[in-house]
Amino acid sequence: MSEVSSRPGAAASPGPLQHHFADLKQQKAAASLGMWVFIAQEVLFFGGLFATYTVYRMTYPEAFSAGSQHLSWKIGFFNTLVLIASSLTMAMGVHSAALGRAKRIVAWLLATIFLGSLFLGVKYFEYEEKIAPCFGLGAGPGCLVPGERFDASVLHVAVDMAPQTQIFYSLYFAMTGLHALHMIIGIPIILWIAHAAWRGRYSAEWHTPVEIVGLYWHFVDIIWIFLFPLLYLIGTH
Amino acid sequence: MNQGTEAKAMTPEANTLPKEHYLNAGYGWKSWLLTTDHKRIAILYLVSISVMFVLGGLYAALIRWNLLVPDGSHMSAETYNRVFTAHGVIMIFFFLIPSIPVTLGNFLIPLMIGARDLAFPRINLLSWYVYVIGAAFTLYSLFSGGLDTGWTFYTPYSTVFAQSNVAFAAIGIFIAGFSSILTGLNFIVTIHTMRAPGMTWFRLPLFVWAHYATAIIQILGTPVVAITILLVALERLFHFGFFDPARGGDPILFQHLFWFYSHPAVYIMILPSMGVISELITCFSRKRIFGYSFIAMSSMAIAVIGFLIWAHHMFVSGMSVYSAMIFSALTYLVAIPSAVKVFNWTATMFRGSISWETPMMYVFGFIGLFLIGGLTGLFLGNLGTDVHLTDTYFVVAHFHYIMVGGAIMGYLGGIHFWWPKIFGRTYSEWWGRISAVLIFVGFNMTFLPQFLLGYLGMPRRYHAYPEEFQVLNVLSTAGALILGIGYLFPSLYLVYSMVKGEPAGNNPWGARGLEWETTSPPPAHNFERTPVVEDEAYAYDKAPREAFGV
Repeated sequence: MSEVSSRPGAAASPGPLQHHFADLKQQKAAASLGMWVFIAQEVLFFGGLFATYTVYRMTYPEAFSAGSQHLSWKIGFFNTLVLIASSLTMAMGVHSAALGRAKRIVAWLLATIFLGSLFLGVKYFEYEEKIAPCFGLGAGPGCLVPGERFDASVLHVAVDMAPQTQIFYSLYFAMTGLHALHMIIGIPIILWIAHAAWRGRYSAEWHTPVEIVGLYWHFVDIIWIFLFPLLYLIGTH
Repeated sequence: MNQGTEAKAMTPEANTLPKEHYLNAGYGWKSWLLTTDHKRIAILYLVSISVMFVLGGLYAALIRWNLLVPDGSHMSAETYNRVFTAHGVIMIFFFLIPSIPVTLGNFLIPLMIGARDLAFPRINLLSWYVYVIGAAFTLYSLFSGGLDTGWTFYTPYSTVFAQSNVAFAAIGIFIAGFSSILTGLNFIVTIHTMRAPGMTWFRLPLFVWAHYATAIIQILGTPVVAITILLVALERLFHFGFFDPARGGDPILFQHLFWFYSHPAVYIMILPSMGVISELITCFSRKRIFGYSFIAMSSMAIAVIGFLIWAHHMFVSGMSVYSAMIFSALTYLVAIPSAVKVFNWTATMFRGSISWETPMMYVFGFIGLFLIGGLTGLFLGNLGTDVHLTDTYFVVAHFHYIMVGGAIMGYLGGIHFWWPKIFGRTYSEWWGRISAVLIFVGFNMTFLPQFLLGYLGMPRRYHAYPEEFQVLNVLSTAGALILGIGYLFPSLYLVYSMVKGEPAGNNPWGARGLEWETTSPPPAHNFERTPVVEDEAYAYDKAPREAFGV
């Protein structure tokens, strides 16, 4: 979206300015607007899932409450803190970029990557607990992956409510899975930006890539801020 | 062979092609497949969507061939289901939705606003690759077991019962959706940030306004259908159960999510076409467009209202009568900005100096057919008549008048209008007019009988029908044959003109607009100097400006 290196052989424009822009100001405006439009698209993309969630939560409030109570709000809360912290480190990275301090950009971005990976690691263990009973040697009661093997016995709900709790877990996996996918895509991009920062590509005048990747990361965090209460905190715990 | 004796009277001295232009700026497959030039990417798209159009057309021919006889003996019901699904999926997702934006829009928007390229040239190229990959997935599905859900993927049939290759097709459409999103994103950013000095918002050509409105729908609508189709694939592969009543899911929810995109998608098809018509009608009437700001704002109004009327596809699916009334009323509302456009186009022609070049023939075709398509849409937006007409051939005829009579007429008109700009050469005007007439006649002969069939109660999507409907069906198939021949001619004479056509000159139509102020074909960087805009669009009361910066 925003290349910073000069094209090979383009001796006339050695800086970050791409050939089809008049000046850096225009290039920056285009890149920022591009990310905002992309985020608008993302809002609608997740919006389909949030709409689905709303419909089924209205239809099956008890099943959603029962399904939610089986999720650990403590783990969810920990992960929420981790993600908010990663937003802070990202914001500090953008701030360092505005000041033109390359080494600090790298440090803050690496901290962001660490926190993002920590979140995904915790998420892995959360998933594992629900998926492992469905397959292989660890198979047993408590499989919460929607499908033939779904087993609502650990949720302590009436038998006829089992399909409804399955809808909750379908949404749980679809929403958190899509969110995790956005982080898995985001982390290598941050790494790439950190690498470019390390090589001195950014300055106080041109650091738009850091800014727009920051925008993306904050957006992914905000999605989680909605997911956490909607999935972990409904009903009484 | 030499047609030099037919040199046009309008050009006293023969035109020549410019020495350097984007077509000869590089040779070899790499210069095309790795290009970031919006003009070359437009050509890549033109080739790809033409292939899909031919393929979709062949499936249409199979449909019409089967319906020649009432007993359905030409193909089994299962085969017929796969054929009409393939026709719909290919034509809608891989031809009509991309059609004008990715070809003419891609080529012209930077030229029209005086920019050197789109804002994100590599994302533009990426969108083409994404399109090709999505098409490959879907075509694989169509050729390996096929798809029999209809292009609408209604659940729970698509998720539970269909025996065909649904998951692959769904993934292909999911992927292709991102091509559309990336194109829309590129257009919005380009129109906001890349306009030449003096090119204010209300000096933008209406073609650009139409694409801006289209891009908003692409950005806000496509992701919803993407996630919906993804949920269908998840449900099919992993039994997620969102839309399966046996698992507590609700099939109607699928219909809401699907139509939330797929109704506005109709405006993705028709708005760019309306943009083309605005350009053509003012040029061939030699008059300023009538009601510029009304046409521009009606595009935006269609984009906004278009998002509020999706449930008129679901009047018989089960929803509260009050919801149905509101969606019906809102459906009527969207007719207003569409009518505003038609009135303004008519007023533009009033006392204009109208001429009948090939592109203008398509404009006349568009206005007549779009009018019929739009007015019959009101029949379907009406709660009472819709119950009678739902899922009949009336619906089929209605949306073909919009999608073929509207969108494709505009597409062909635009291709003929800007062909001399894109390839620098002219085509045979005589063959152009003959084809336009054939298409108009063939189209009406194909689809007017279908209004009658639908009104009489012939349901869509069946391979057999009662014998009393045969006469009208044979008429429709005969019309389809004429329509097919009408489409065949342009593909012949346009390709011929690429090689043997007369050089067109910078501005063969005497049109206004920045794209006519550079050479034909344009140089790789579009303009030698950044143009400066000094006047509003469509100043046909003034002499055309000299070629700028060439």
